[in-house]
Amino acid sequence: MALTFRLQQTIKMTLFTDTMAIIVLVNVAGQTHNGPFSRHMAREPRMGGEHLGRYVAKRLLFSLLVLWLISLVVFAAVRAIPGDVCKIVLATPDVDQKQCNAIRAELGLNRPLAVQYVSYMGNLLKGDLGNTLINKRDVATEIRERVPLTLELTVLSTVFALAISIPIGVISAARQNSAWDYGLRFLSIGWLSIPSFWLGTMLIIWPARLWNYSPPAGYVDIWIDPFKNLEQLYLPAIALGIALSASLARVTRSSMLEVLRQDYIRTARAKGLAEGWVVVRHGLRNAMIPVTTLFALQVGVLFGGTVVLESIFALPGLGQLTFNAVTIKDYTEVQGLVLFFATVLVAINLMVDLSYAWIDPRIRYA
Amino acid sequence: MPAPALRERWTALRNLARATRREPVGAAAGMVCLLLVALAVFAGQLAPHAVDATSFPRLHAPSLEYPFGTDNLFRDMFSRIIVGSRISIGVGFGSVFIGTLIGTVLGMVGGYLGGWADLVIGRLLDVILGFPPLVAAIFFLTIFNTNRGYSLHSFLLVSLAIGLIIAPTTARIVRGAVLSIRTLQYIEAAEATGNSTLRIMWRHVLPNVVAPIIVIASVQIGNAILAEAALSFLGLGIGDDSHPSWGKMLQDTRGVWQAAWWTAVMPGMAISLAVLSFNVFGDALRDVLDPRLRQSS
Repeated sequence: MALTFRLQQTIKMTLFTDTMAIIVLVNVAGQTHNGPFSRHMAREPRMGGEHLGRYVAKRLLFSLLVLWLISLVVFAAVRAIPGDVCKIVLATPDVDQKQCNAIRAELGLNRPLAVQYVSYMGNLLKGDLGNTLINKRDVATEIRERVPLTLELTVLSTVFALAISIPIGVISAARQNSAWDYGLRFLSIGWLSIPSFWLGTMLIIWPARLWNYSPPAGYVDIWIDPFKNLEQLYLPAIALGIALSASLARVTRSSMLEVLRQDYIRTARAKGLAEGWVVVRHGLRNAMIPVTTLFALQVGVLFGGTVVLESIFALPGLGQLTFNAVTIKDYTEVQGLVLFFATVLVAINLMVDLSYAWIDPRIRYA
Repeated sequence: MPAPALRERWTALRNLARATRREPVGAAAGMVCLLLVALAVFAGQLAPHAVDATSFPRLHAPSLEYPFGTDNLFRDMFSRIIVGSRISIGVGFGSVFIGTLIGTVLGMVGGYLGGWADLVIGRLLDVILGFPPLVAAIFFLTIFNTNRGYSLHSFLLVSLAIGLIIAPTTARIVRGAVLSIRTLQYIEAAEATGNSTLRIMWRHVLPNVVAPIIVIASVQIGNAILAEAALSFLGLGIGDDSHPSWGKMLQDTRGVWQAAWWTAVMPGMAISLAVLSFNVFGDALRDVLDPRLRQSS
């Protein structure tokens, strides 16, 4: 357990697609200090709702603090734009001063900073993200309209990634150093190296060339025509999920290897359980914590991936909205989207943190 | 008896040979990485045609004359991919350098000083981690990269954007490593003899955390190249018509992928090959520098 736990703690510390880095971490940062980096969790033999309640409250406050800091960074960043805002908005270096003033007034940039901040925070708390610069549409409404597609896409790619990576990781670990193991490991490091947007293009091009097949264009809501909807989404979901599946497979494998070396696994074998049962029932469940942690970190990467993939597959989701907003430099929209993505990410991390107790009842909170 | 310096060199060579024997695939990947770097350095001499020459047939399929075909703007893809390695690998290294620098400083300060510094740095990293990585880079570049195009200014900005999303990982690893040696006796001795904090960090702490820094940096290069390609593909990179990058090439040919498969396949293959070799190499380097991990990974 100590080893699994250590793995889990260290995995928390990584970002990005690098499972490889994570495995480094296990060793390098293996000393579990309860400093601010390795947060909030300690193994304590004590039980009881009071501790859990306090833990939840603490985590909630912590998430709110991070969210507030994020909003502060976004506020500051938008106002730190070098040069004049209107040059960026109008995309020309020589702009009419009158136009410029209009834009600044529109953005409220002519008011004192403190006033700007108060109204910015006030609007955020109301869920008002302002209007887009170009067509004056409500940013929050635009985001809300596009959430279902991106949500479905990320869920589909997650399901796809889990369906591939867990079996691969388990087989690799159970048959360590076999031909299977080497093959699957090589495959997963190969997958990790394929840019998802490139895989997406391949999935558009080759079926069309070889079998004259292309998924129906556009996007139909899943409640209207589920089959057409799935046919439109499964290719981008595969492209998005492949890198995730590679990193999850790698972590599943190393985490399973740790677990399979534990005493209770030996006990389970000794009492004559079938090997498959030992691996799946006693091994896999205990190996899931690092996998969950990694997944929480990878959700952000998935969001990033949707930006590119949705524009390749012409899917009108949040990613495409971001892409368009960046292209036309509509930066109230970019600001709103960044805040939205960050909020979702922080919320998911919070949920994952709270779910550890459910996955592994031995973990107690202090 | 050879001079000490010479003996050291021999030891290094022998270690290299031993590492190669133990990780043949990793060593091969390392060779490919070296070749890619050489390709980037000598791209100007190696490319058969000028990258912005438009005197070729439009969308010519790969042939002996045009190994990777030509694109929709009458340009030779082979030459563009060779020269494109400059930006892709250059930004890859640049951003890992910046990210490692930032991460090392933050991790060392947080880990060694502890207390408030640690707390503040920890929250700072949490904020960076609160943004989806690519979205953070996009946001950063939308705001700061006002004059796009090929210049040192944009190179530094793009590298900084990617470096910032890399830095938290490095910072946390460095912090963990620093924490573990901070309590050791030789640090205590250095403190007792009146060395300044800065000097201790530079002379006594840093040399002992170099190995994990090298490992994590090498592992991150592949990711940085991927991120650069994605940003270029979104039009936030530093390439232009006469300075191609692999991601930018994919963006340029977006409309003609169906008609001319090679315009999509070739740049993507280049990206994948580069990322794969840096990933495999970083992996092997980790195993060699961290032998205790071999059993579990």
